[in-house]
Amino acid sequence: MASGIVSYGVYIPRYRIRVDEIARVWGDGDEISESLRVFEKSVPDLDEDAVTIAVEAARNALQRCGANPDRIGAIYVGSESHPYAVKPTGTIVGEAICTSSDFTAADFEFACKAGTAAVQACLGLVSSKLIDLGLAIGADVSQGAPGDMLEYTAAAGGAAYLIGREDLAAEIEAFYSFTTDTPDFWRREGMPYPEHGGRFTGEPAYFKHVVSAAKGLMKKIGTTPDDYDYAVFHQPNGKFPVRVAKMLGFSTKQIEAGLVVPMIGNTYSASCLIGLAATLDVAKPGDRIFVTSFGSGAGSDAFSITVKEKIDEIRCAAPSVRDYIGDAEYLDYAMYAKHKGKLKV
Amino acid sequence: MTTHAPRFWRCIPQRYNLKGTHCTSCDEYFFPPRNICPNCRRGAELEEYAFKGTGTIVTYTTIYSATEDFERMTPYNLAIIKLDEGPRVTGQIIHSSEGVKIGMRVRPVFRILGKEGERGIIYYGTKFAPLPKLTLQECKEEKSANGNG
Amino acid sequence: MRSVSIIGIACTKFGERWDVSLRDMIAEAGVMAIEDAKITGDQIEALFVGNMSGGRFVEQEHIGALIADCAGLSRLHIPSTRVEAACASGGLALRQGVLAVASGYHDIVIAAGVEKMTDVSSGTAADALASAADREWECFFGATFPALYAMMAKLHMRRFGTTHDQMAQVAVKNHHHASFNPVAQYHMEVTIEDVDKSPMVADPLHVLDCSPISDGAAAVVLVPTETAKRFADTPIRIVASAQASDTLALHDRRDLTTLDATVHAARQAFAQAKIEPRQVDVAEVHDCFTIAEILAIEDLGFVEKGQGGPATEEGMTALGSLLPINTSGGLKACGHPVGATGIKQAYEIALQLRGEAGRRQVDEAEIGLTHNVGGSGGTALVHILSR
Repeated sequence: MASGIVSYGVYIPRYRIRVDEIARVWGDGDEISESLRVFEKSVPDLDEDAVTIAVEAARNALQRCGANPDRIGAIYVGSESHPYAVKPTGTIVGEAICTSSDFTAADFEFACKAGTAAVQACLGLVSSKLIDLGLAIGADVSQGAPGDMLEYTAAAGGAAYLIGREDLAAEIEAFYSFTTDTPDFWRREGMPYPEHGGRFTGEPAYFKHVVSAAKGLMKKIGTTPDDYDYAVFHQPNGKFPVRVAKMLGFSTKQIEAGLVVPMIGNTYSASCLIGLAATLDVAKPGDRIFVTSFGSGAGSDAFSITVKEKIDEIRCAAPSVRDYIGDAEYLDYAMYAKHKGKLKV
Repeated sequence: MTTHAPRFWRCIPQRYNLKGTHCTSCDEYFFPPRNICPNCRRGAELEEYAFKGTGTIVTYTTIYSATEDFERMTPYNLAIIKLDEGPRVTGQIIHSSEGVKIGMRVRPVFRILGKEGERGIIYYGTKFAPLPKLTLQECKEEKSANGNG
Repeated sequence: MRSVSIIGIACTKFGERWDVSLRDMIAEAGVMAIEDAKITGDQIEALFVGNMSGGRFVEQEHIGALIADCAGLSRLHIPSTRVEAACASGGLALRQGVLAVASGYHDIVIAAGVEKMTDVSSGTAADALASAADREWECFFGATFPALYAMMAKLHMRRFGTTHDQMAQVAVKNHHHASFNPVAQYHMEVTIEDVDKSPMVADPLHVLDCSPISDGAAAVVLVPTETAKRFADTPIRIVASAQASDTLALHDRRDLTTLDATVHAARQAFAQAKIEPRQVDVAEVHDCFTIAEILAIEDLGFVEKGQGGPATEEGMTALGSLLPINTSGGLKACGHPVGATGIKQAYEIALQLRGEAGRRQVDEAEIGLTHNVGGSGGTALVHILSR
């Protein structure tokens, strides 16, 4: 029996900082934004965190389709910035969206692909009919150390997907994952900022896993890039997804709708999922979408998705990704540092 | 360390989802929930009611000097909001390009209310944001009128 | 019910009193009061003391027993009661003392008030004061005490055209009055410009719109009127004592620009005294913030609703004018050691009615009124005194 996306919802905080402003502070020159193809990134408000973002995204998903939250049998939230090391984000989300107590929850971590891993877990419970609806969320208020390259792109945002068997807005026909033990980017327990392997994060990490997962899925279900109208790849910056699309045979046009990183930065666990949402905001029934996420550590989840008629009925009932991108207020570096808690008191 | 966890936990339905009471005898709505209706007292029939959270700003102020718990957030806006169903609540208005005005329409958003220091629990709850200029229902109607449905 | 009179009054210096403790101050006020009343300690039958937050400020509760002990009265084993109604604790103590004597239960009673606020940081003091508001539904969401009055002010300005300059005039006037009051916390004058230039606390209230953190104590001795002449040359009769309550949270009030508790208490008081507001010669009202005095003179019935600003601007409430308000300097300039204020107000009015107010004397004052409010208006106490 088919299963897939019943509804989706996103949330992007309204504050932004321009990449040029960060470069000004660290003396990294004017060309950084072009070389990364990221011009500005989202910054959480002083009273926002991965939990509040997850809740807003989940509320938008429910509002979009009008589903009864009592039907949700599982909530999995993926993040690398859960505010508690012990006490799950999922229970707070459940309470905030008025589920019953009849559900299971656990928090996920797999760097930037924790959200898509949560989708896979929900698909499993839903397709096996163990639950009616599952809620998979990717939400982050990711941190980059001051002066580090990651500071240019580490952003805040969230996306929530309601996974079910009926009234599908988009069917997920298949998925395939490719996972290895690759230490390209990590954060030790208790440390405030992550470490990364510089150029090691490229070919042996991002590209190897995205390409392997994408090729693996297309081989498994017998499709080629030409079978898809849209493609969404994990977006740590504006260059990698363009390059990997080309490597796999997808065109720049196919990835255009879902390429949001230049305007909002890398939202980590929400990255691919917000890109997918931006695509669903414009896709028509019958369109096919190819999605491949990447999480450092490392692994990629690839999905083949077909948009259904239902999307036209529900799309308008919650804000779109563009709505959130358009509502922006800019901060200077000092206010940004205050918002991100980089000023230790 | 000291924690106020039970006191906060008891009010979670109110803080997250504005759950109050409605007296079916006199049809008045109350937030926070009341054990006893001030109009009907023991003659009341009280039922649980979840407020939509939309309302109108009655008055407000911008706080520049706050108690210790809120010092990092200043300046912030505090308002008394009349919920559409009747009762008034006190709440923060988040920063937005609309600012804050008497008579402004608002909707609920989920935010951090406070923390018990670095090691204690995080209090989540409801603040308020301006209602978007175009409501989503109007957007739907506009899109179908333009043939984008 | 018997009529009650004041035969002795006392007030310590208000201010940042680093050198004295809560215990020191209450003993000081108590001794001054019984000396003024020309009685001895063993004549006192009961003590009532107003104290808002001994627990938060000096980690001390059981203030009733503490006061009796500090006053050297523990061996007399008299009843000693601490009452609390936030900033109206003093006014409430006065009322409890009045009821104890009026009922015939006691013949000589002390009503006192004390607060020691400077032993903690100003942040902790602000948080303790915030507990006069609704902790769960106002403070938890970030409301501070000034913010609540600021919201009342904003709406008052919108509805009635009250200006910030009119509010600032309250501060100017009260500082001027306080410059003649030896026990006041502040003796410096301020101008409207000074108020405008002081840092913003909660728009539209600046630092100089707000009463300060203070230490202080005050006490009065109460006896039945029929015996008062035995003790004092000029006993002051309490011709009305009224108290009213209202919702705790500002957002639950009927009208956000009116303190219904004040309106109700005032009506009852004027009815008890059988007089009209215009017959009052001098009044001490609750000016925790400048806007509060404007609201008070409206809600007490001295001016029409919405006219408090213009009346203040025109000087109606200044010394030498139609109805001098807060000749002590009010909470704003005399200081506001929370529990003590309500008793200090009675001290000031008694002084005025006795003709002993020196350079701030209101000529031929015969009838005076005190007005003490708790929180943003959850409690109000109105007393009317006459010569």
